[in-house]
Amino acid sequence: MSDERPTLTRDEVAHLAQLARLAVTEEELDLFAGQLDVILGAVARIGDVAAADIPPTSHAVPLQNVFRADEVRPSLPREDILAGAPAVEDFRFRVPQILGEEE
Amino acid sequence: MTQLHELDAASTAAAIASGEVSAVEVTQAHLDRITAVDGDVRAFLHVDTEGALAAASAVDEQRSAGAALGKLAGVPLAMKDVVVTKGLPTTSGSRILEGWVPPYDATVTRRVLDAGIVMLGKTNMDEFAMGSSTENSAYHPTHNPWDLSRVPGGSSGGSSAAVAAFEAPLSIGTDTGGSIRQPAAVTGIVGHKPTYGAVSRYGLIAFSSSLDQAGPFGRTVLDTALLHEVIAGPDPLDSTSIPQPGPDVVAAARQGARGDLAGVRVGVVRELTGAGGGYQQGVLDSFRAAVDVLAGLGAEIVEVSCPNFDYALAAYYLIAPSECSSNLARFDGVRYGLRVGDDGRHSLEEVMSLTREQGFGAEVKRRIMIGTYALSSGYYDAYYGQAQKVRTLIARDFAAAFTAVDVLVSPTSPFVAFGIGERVADPMAMYVNDLCTLPASLAGTPAISVPCGLSDETGPALPVGLQIMAPAMADDRCYRVGAAFEAAYTAANGLILDQIPQLGAVR
Amino acid sequence: MTVRDDVQLDLSYDGVVRRYAPVIGLETHVELGTVSKMFCGCSTEFGAEPNTHTCPVCLGLPGALPVVNAKAIEYTIRIGLALNCSIAEWCRFARKNYFYPDMPKNFQISQYDEPLCVDGHLDVVVEGQTYRVGIERVHMEEDTGKNTHVGGATGRIHGAEYSLVDFNRAGIPLIEIVTKPVEGTGPLAPEVAKAYVTELRDILRSLGVSDVKMEQGSLRCDVNTSLSPIGVSEWGTRTETKNVNSLRSVERAVRSEIIRQAAILDRGGRIKQETRHFQETTGETRSGRSKEEATDYRYFPEPDLVPVAPARDWVADIRASLPELPAARRARLRSELGLSTEELQQMVNAGVVEAVGETVQAGATAAEARNWWMGYLAEQANSREVEPTSLPITPAQVARVILLVADGKLSTALARQAVDGVLQTGKDVDAIVAERGLAVVSDTSALTRAADEAIADNPDVADKVRGGKVAAVGALVGAVMKATRGQADAPAVRQILLQQLGVSE
Repeated sequence: MSDERPTLTRDEVAHLAQLARLAVTEEELDLFAGQLDVILGAVARIGDVAAADIPPTSHAVPLQNVFRADEVRPSLPREDILAGAPAVEDFRFRVPQILGEEE
Repeated sequence: MTQLHELDAASTAAAIASGEVSAVEVTQAHLDRITAVDGDVRAFLHVDTEGALAAASAVDEQRSAGAALGKLAGVPLAMKDVVVTKGLPTTSGSRILEGWVPPYDATVTRRVLDAGIVMLGKTNMDEFAMGSSTENSAYHPTHNPWDLSRVPGGSSGGSSAAVAAFEAPLSIGTDTGGSIRQPAAVTGIVGHKPTYGAVSRYGLIAFSSSLDQAGPFGRTVLDTALLHEVIAGPDPLDSTSIPQPGPDVVAAARQGARGDLAGVRVGVVRELTGAGGGYQQGVLDSFRAAVDVLAGLGAEIVEVSCPNFDYALAAYYLIAPSECSSNLARFDGVRYGLRVGDDGRHSLEEVMSLTREQGFGAEVKRRIMIGTYALSSGYYDAYYGQAQKVRTLIARDFAAAFTAVDVLVSPTSPFVAFGIGERVADPMAMYVNDLCTLPASLAGTPAISVPCGLSDETGPALPVGLQIMAPAMADDRCYRVGAAFEAAYTAANGLILDQIPQLGAVR
Repeated sequence: MTVRDDVQLDLSYDGVVRRYAPVIGLETHVELGTVSKMFCGCSTEFGAEPNTHTCPVCLGLPGALPVVNAKAIEYTIRIGLALNCSIAEWCRFARKNYFYPDMPKNFQISQYDEPLCVDGHLDVVVEGQTYRVGIERVHMEEDTGKNTHVGGATGRIHGAEYSLVDFNRAGIPLIEIVTKPVEGTGPLAPEVAKAYVTELRDILRSLGVSDVKMEQGSLRCDVNTSLSPIGVSEWGTRTETKNVNSLRSVERAVRSEIIRQAAILDRGGRIKQETRHFQETTGETRSGRSKEEATDYRYFPEPDLVPVAPARDWVADIRASLPELPAARRARLRSELGLSTEELQQMVNAGVVEAVGETVQAGATAAEARNWWMGYLAEQANSREVEPTSLPITPAQVARVILLVADGKLSTALARQAVDGVLQTGKDVDAIVAERGLAVVSDTSALTRAADEAIADNPDVADKVRGGKVAAVGALVGAVMKATRGQADAPAVRQILLQQLGVSE
């Protein structure tokens, strides 16, 4: 698999940056395209491991069913929440015009 | 007499408890030390002079009122800036959080403060804990007190440098792929990565959720254990927190310090001892000598092989970027932190992208993009999915090894501290710093780094670290073996930190 | 493929469904009625001041971590069992990554390929025919905050100058119920869709897991629609219609989307796979984001949470505690009340099955309970533009009124006055009766006097009755009732009138 991996093009890096909401510059596109390709080349050897039947591990100590009781706890004071906000109006977070659709 | 800032944490606590010194005097001594040397070391991003003195004074009042004090009451501590502190700026080393003052405390912060420990301030780090040199801090690099032209390791380089430079006897770091152990190794101090889930992650600004773990730094194994005891334990606010109390690490450190390792089986990991090259000779020499010391203490030395460790780097550099690409999505300039381009002409989407572009440094952006790629629908199975399976194989290697031995040892890092700027241009050259520390990160098992010698291979004498790894929830073994080694090494060679060059005017 | 505009085809709904077979699918989001949020202890109360129910977790502050609300898991299992689903032995949460300002973390904690409940079904009856709607999955997720768009003419997202975000709703437990594609409904697709959502709503209400108020957004629907020409087994391209927020809209949205798609297909055009938005005012759907451009959500298991593995005995306990579900209850009521299928269906359509059942349980006869809820109370509800069950009167109170009538203590007219009193004041039936002096006058001498007066006042009518048109006595009864302000016992009045007129039946 390491050999079959396609190299990362500049356009693909631009697409990744778009997905990740990064307004990367033209120079960064060139720099990152090269660097990301080297890194992906290095990590591609992960595919050499025969692990088809191996279960994935997500946590070192396997836990399950960790729940909390349905009880109301105090919320934070609103002034504390809004204190750190870049823009606030009517006790709400103000954001510039949204172009995308509602999800 | 030794100056106050030179005392270890256990002695400082004893001196405060006995009334020999006040907590305020101890705190002031450390604040003075910071004033004297931090201009050179630059370990701190924020020093909380007033808060520290107030906390110290509260400890003194409690003592005079006859209240019972915690084991580390009045002892100063430096907190890595990735840990959220209510009312104190918290940036995670990033521009995107510049000026953010959290409205809540991390569980680690809460436990430290509740123990009467005096928080001096917040320490520098690689941005969002991504890096091995602290050069990725958005603010400034931190300098290794052993040689100011070199890095203090990373990402917890501010915390390691602060302790090595006697600015604080204790500090908190976080370790995702080695970010406690490697800085401890290259600054000649002790640093422990607890079992994943032993210390609550609530309030640690997440880098890679399935790997992140906070842990203690100290100049001695006992100090480190004392701080471990304060911060570890179940936390209902962290679903991945282990619900049972951990082992008694302080008792283990005390037992180890008696110097007897008879019956302890120590495994030397073949894959982490430079068979394939890439390790500095000075590091390997110190490591071999350390293994001999362990043998001399009665330990039985066995060579073990963990073949899947060879894939740790690849697995790590898929899992960590994947998780970080999602964890860091919340930094969008809507609710807190930096906002760029909100001039009435840019849409929200543009403002988010401009904010993230300017708010994040190059390494963070690289990892976000790698992670975005690895999680994409066409690549998930080949990358993230496969990496999680490799984690299982690495965990199985550990499990197999621990049927034969009690602990595993390796060098903590293949290198001693390198020069500032030396590796920044080549991300892969930076990533190989983590070679020895990654397996325990991926398996979630505990590991400690203890100073085990000096190497002058690259110039001045610089510290080398011995990594001791144990099974999950057996952190006590790291402390026991670490303390035994420390006692033997110190008895033969004196304290490693005694050989650190003098900084500034005061020492 | 050529675009034809030469053929004149019938584009009415009835015309369209003769040429095309619709396939529908529904995704229903339901806010669970827990008191605290899905992953933190903030209150879920509706209508609070903006951003007063927020904390580090539901605001996505750096460092905050989620912890699962046990009640939300239990409720989801209840729903899964009520919908005949299998409950997973082991499942996980996943992160759905996308940027949107009402999503504090810019990922939603949801479930992806490992939902809690899978593979169930729900039967609905439309025009006497039962349709089995397959349930693909029931999974858990968290709700988003709410954006208010400021500036621009419409208050909608388009044309707004900026938006304001309130995170009170962010993190409220949400479940998504996804059907399998529903085929074979033919022209009844809109009705089946509506019947499904109605039945689902009634089930959720009877389970006590949600207040299922569509107008407050606690139950929201997305409807998928595709058409294939009759006789073609392959499905057409589907669209997803969002913003369908009432039962009536479900039906309208499917109907208008079927007509819209048919018009395109008739001209040889292609249906674009896209998200469309239902317009309440026009009853039509409007194009939204195209699915081809949809973001890659980059799902992966949520590393901040651990797996959920519901113990089998817990699931069994939940199953044992399920209440009688609407379908079973209807069947029981039908046989208990001796109703015909049509009568029952009328009650279902009027939304009064539960109310009638409870009224009967409180001691009323089935016929009277049904009469009241389908009659006078339905009229009152209609004039107030609410559902009959939303009227401020309880089945027990209705039953009390019915009993008083049966005992001869109230006439029908008086009973209506008593009900009016309850609806106006919220007081109990007996209190209203006492306060307003509502009682049937059965004193024969008083009634005889009133009867004589009525005869004297209406000589023409009296003559008609005397002349054999006995039915005309009704007008005199009415006069007596009016004179006694409705307090007389109408049958008794009739008897007295006939007696005074010397007529026998």
